[in-house]
Amino acid sequence: MDRFIEDKTTRVEVSLDGETKKLDFGELKTGGFIKQRQRDLFTVRLRCPGGRVPTDKLIEISKIAHKYSKKGVIHLSFRQSIEILYVDYKDFPELVKELEAIGWKVASCGPRVRVPTACGGCEYNPNGLTDTQALAKMVDEKFFGTPTHHKFKISFSGCPIDCARTREMDLGFQGVVEPEWEEPPCTGCTICAEACKEGAIESDPDTGKPIYYPDKCIYCGDCIRACPTGAWRAKRYGHLVRIGGKHGRWPMEAVEVALFVPDEKVPEVIEKTIEWYMANGMRGERIGKTLERVGVEKYLEFMKDVFGDNVLEAKEAACQQK
Amino acid sequence: MSAEVKPVDTLDLRGVLCPMNFVKTKLKLESMQKGEVLEVILDSGEPIQNVPKSIKEEGHKIIDVKKEEDHFRLLVEKGE
Repeated sequence: MDRFIEDKTTRVEVSLDGETKKLDFGELKTGGFIKQRQRDLFTVRLRCPGGRVPTDKLIEISKIAHKYSKKGVIHLSFRQSIEILYVDYKDFPELVKELEAIGWKVASCGPRVRVPTACGGCEYNPNGLTDTQALAKMVDEKFFGTPTHHKFKISFSGCPIDCARTREMDLGFQGVVEPEWEEPPCTGCTICAEACKEGAIESDPDTGKPIYYPDKCIYCGDCIRACPTGAWRAKRYGHLVRIGGKHGRWPMEAVEVALFVPDEKVPEVIEKTIEWYMANGMRGERIGKTLERVGVEKYLEFMKDVFGDNVLEAKEAACQQK
Repeated sequence: MSAEVKPVDTLDLRGVLCPMNFVKTKLKLESMQKGEVLEVILDSGEPIQNVPKSIKEEGHKIIDVKKEEDHFRLLVEKGE
């Protein structure tokens, strides 16, 4: 049997509600049914955007997993989703029906936009600068399953610690904040210079007030959070956009293409990037390879209107790509 | 700025690692009344990078900071 059942177009006969029905693998369009080593057994990958699952749903998912996993186990996928292991393919229709009844969906595999991953984000993580969970939900609703030349992975990190590994994604969005300093409330306490881990802030030896080096700043916002008087404030929040990363046998590091892209531009960035990839890429080629072959500057030219002033220089982007 | 403010207590957290230094500060503040001031002494490096952020996020106010050699002396006013 094929590795991914979604690629099969044949029908098999299965018994459903006492009567024999045809199971059309083609109807299981989203994919997410992955062949196991064991004959007739599959892993069913559920859709958990951002790895977030309400507890009432988790209880229901547990019951379904317990019923259909021949070995009574689940696995947490590397993209934060629950996978029910050891499912007999003849049980697919019943399993899908039960999942639908609780309002849960199956994930995807193959050449399409995958379930987005995300860290906790600004909702509850003190480091978080962007609402990564809300954005992951948006991507899942708007772009999940969109056909592409190869797999297309999107992730959201809420801050420069980058737990969601945007450097390894086809398209990654990492939260950033631009700090702004105002003299009046500053007492010259020097905490900001201590709090900055990048050496982007030094204290004036006489006044203790900050000397800011934007070139060294990675826009984490530690200075803003540490400042006791509010002299350091957020000028603007947004995303550092990375493109063309991948892991696998031959990892590639993503190229940084835009800075301080606001939340409301994220859907357009994704849409236009996929449009460019579909027009310039080849079947079986990740977008990182397309960028290498066609040139990052061609992509940036195409994205000119979307990125606007937020674009990072093509030269900068290209030399980072090596 | 607040040289005349009298702290009700002092926590010398030199040599205490993260996050225990914050936990100790938090517990102390919880035993105090709103508006009372606690003096906290923190090492440079990780403690001064982290503890003031957490104090602020818990709703307290840092009203004075003094750097003394390799440590900092903070005055924290208890919030809600």
